[in-house]
Amino acid sequence: MHTNGEKLNGSEIFFESLRRENVEYIFGYPGGALLKVYETLHDVEDIKHILVRHEQGATHMAEGYARATGKPGVVLVTSGPGATNTVTGIANAYMDSSPMVVFTGQVPSTLIGNDAFQEADIVGITRPITKHNFLVKDVRELASTIRKAFYLATNGRPGPVLVDMPKDVLNAICTFEWPESVEIRGFKPTIKCHANQVQKAARMIAKAKRPLLYVGGGIITSGAAEELRKLAIEQQIPVTMTLNGLGAFPGDHPLSMGMLGMHGTYWANQAINACDLLIAVGARFDDRVTGKVDTFATQAYKIHNDIDPTNVDKNIKVDLPVVGDSKDFLASVLEALPEAKEDHGAWLELIEGWRKQCPMDYTVEPDSLKTEFVIDEVSKKTKGHAVVITDVGQHQMWTAQYYKFTEPRSIITSGGLGTMGYGLPACIGAAFGVTDRPVILFTGDGGLMMNIQELVTAVHNKLPVKIFLINNSYLGMVRQWQELFHQEKYTFTDLEASNPDFVKVAEAFGCKALRADNPESALKAIDEALAYNDGPILVDFRVIRKDMVFPMVPAGASISDMLLARLNPKTMV
Amino acid sequence: MKHIISVLVENKFGTLNRVAAMFSARGFNLESISIGETEDTEISRMTIVTRGDDRIVSQVLKQLNRLVDTIKVTDLTHQPHVERELLLMSLKLSAASQREIFELINVFKGKVVDIKQKSITIEVIGSPDKINTAIDLFRPFGIRELARSGAVAIHRGEN
Repeated sequence: MHTNGEKLNGSEIFFESLRRENVEYIFGYPGGALLKVYETLHDVEDIKHILVRHEQGATHMAEGYARATGKPGVVLVTSGPGATNTVTGIANAYMDSSPMVVFTGQVPSTLIGNDAFQEADIVGITRPITKHNFLVKDVRELASTIRKAFYLATNGRPGPVLVDMPKDVLNAICTFEWPESVEIRGFKPTIKCHANQVQKAARMIAKAKRPLLYVGGGIITSGAAEELRKLAIEQQIPVTMTLNGLGAFPGDHPLSMGMLGMHGTYWANQAINACDLLIAVGARFDDRVTGKVDTFATQAYKIHNDIDPTNVDKNIKVDLPVVGDSKDFLASVLEALPEAKEDHGAWLELIEGWRKQCPMDYTVEPDSLKTEFVIDEVSKKTKGHAVVITDVGQHQMWTAQYYKFTEPRSIITSGGLGTMGYGLPACIGAAFGVTDRPVILFTGDGGLMMNIQELVTAVHNKLPVKIFLINNSYLGMVRQWQELFHQEKYTFTDLEASNPDFVKVAEAFGCKALRADNPESALKAIDEALAYNDGPILVDFRVIRKDMVFPMVPAGASISDMLLARLNPKTMV
Repeated sequence: MKHIISVLVENKFGTLNRVAAMFSARGFNLESISIGETEDTEISRMTIVTRGDDRIVSQVLKQLNRLVDTIKVTDLTHQPHVERELLLMSLKLSAASQREIFELINVFKGKVVDIKQKSITIEVIGSPDKINTAIDLFRPFGIRELARSGAVAIHRGEN
């Protein structure tokens, strides 16, 4: 612990600044440009450094930690390749609005631009995928830049911020001054919603016959789940959630309609195109949600609350934009609503009819294993209370469909960028942040291989994460599209001949591992995995190889025209 | 339609790149961009000319505002404003064309900034439309080289 006015070098200032920002964990990897920092780290005890095995892993861990805790994730990597390896993780955090601060070492400032060893223009490279980034050219600006970086990453719509630190800056000495406050004149996010807009929204809600709440990750970020629950239940408004919005409203509540969009529930998608009022809160009308935009919710008056004004009217033209924090929006609407309520009984019955028409269900055969069964059982056994991380693909959509998330900060998944390889490191990061709930990863055999080196990090830190590998030895989602839309040309999606034995791989890393290939062995393995807390455990679920995720909206179709099963792929409902 | 947008930005390295990169990343049209320091050396003014329908231009304005280094974004298109562009143009010169060229320079209130036996360099200042017209009318004499500054614009003063 250092005090203002002390003479410190750049590396000491770096750690002191992180201390002031209450950083618990750094996910990092040393290298030439950071040697001074790692020298200083030797005597730092209060901030824990987690050694990763690839810088991409560090970024996903930081994001997993951030999304599990709500606190910014911190990454520390060296210059050049260390920095460029963070690009995918930064882009992922940018698309999913996760708060993250990435510190990169840089070659000495005198060498910048000279094609020096391990030099990369990481500020230039990451400009379009960061909320903002900085190159610190003077050690006297290091503390204030770090303060700004954390402020930007966590305020307004959160996102990743990168701070590039040349080697000479980290060695240079100056008087440490931690700025009392932050003033960035170009950054003034609107938090409080405009009162007139809120009044209008409340009036529309009060008189709607068929209202529908469509909510996204903004509810989780702003901590508005309680306000959302109150509004939905008091006004009897059904709620549908985006992938990153799952958990915003309890998935086991009768008013929950589950996820909407490409692999959303049939009833949620029908309701979108039948509602007379669509209340979008903290969501951004992503193309995986809207399907064909011309036919999306055409009967509805649309209210859109988001903290980022660029999200308004970007994909879908709305009738009533309300820019501001979603918690403030929902709380203000609740206050403005009149006592008298519309009866939505007929509307809820209509939805119930769709639910019965095309329920989310599956059949269980004794000799084969369905992914839906595995996820459904894990959901039941954990009572929807686990922190669930996914990779990207079929298992991700099945998780969204069958795990009944009951509280916010429960699903951590790459929604926007769709990054394969995200799951394992993100689950490790989450496990550092959350110790009072089970941390469960559903991953695929394709995605697990993309960052499998991080198994070392989980083993070494004895993290009790449950790695549920949904192994169909296919790049299943790509295979699904090949079958449905690309003349059954299964080019480079069959991994059976090349996949390793994942149980042996896990064991080689020192990770306990089990295998299951039918419902009975799966139930046993799930129980064993949930009870095991001495370190990570991997279960290789050998699931039916060619199963597909349904229902499904084909790309470019209206979201109410869903494909319900593969046997009749030409039939639109 | 064409929009002229004035943006006050932090006078820092990389700011121009952030703005230009945002235009290309989002697929917005960027007809011209010019930048220079203001009376406050920490702040620069950018003048951006872009084209698009209302929805696109509204996104352009919001995306500009979203950049941390932008301080103020103003769409001047429908407000009283003055807009100027500088044209420097070198033309082929011959005894036959000399008189006509000088007449045209007068019409555009241009200036001769350099003259040689076989070439003449002129400057013309005006709205981008006027510059376009000038280029069209001088073209038959043979343009050797030309450079345009891109538009700069400012609000008209108040009474």
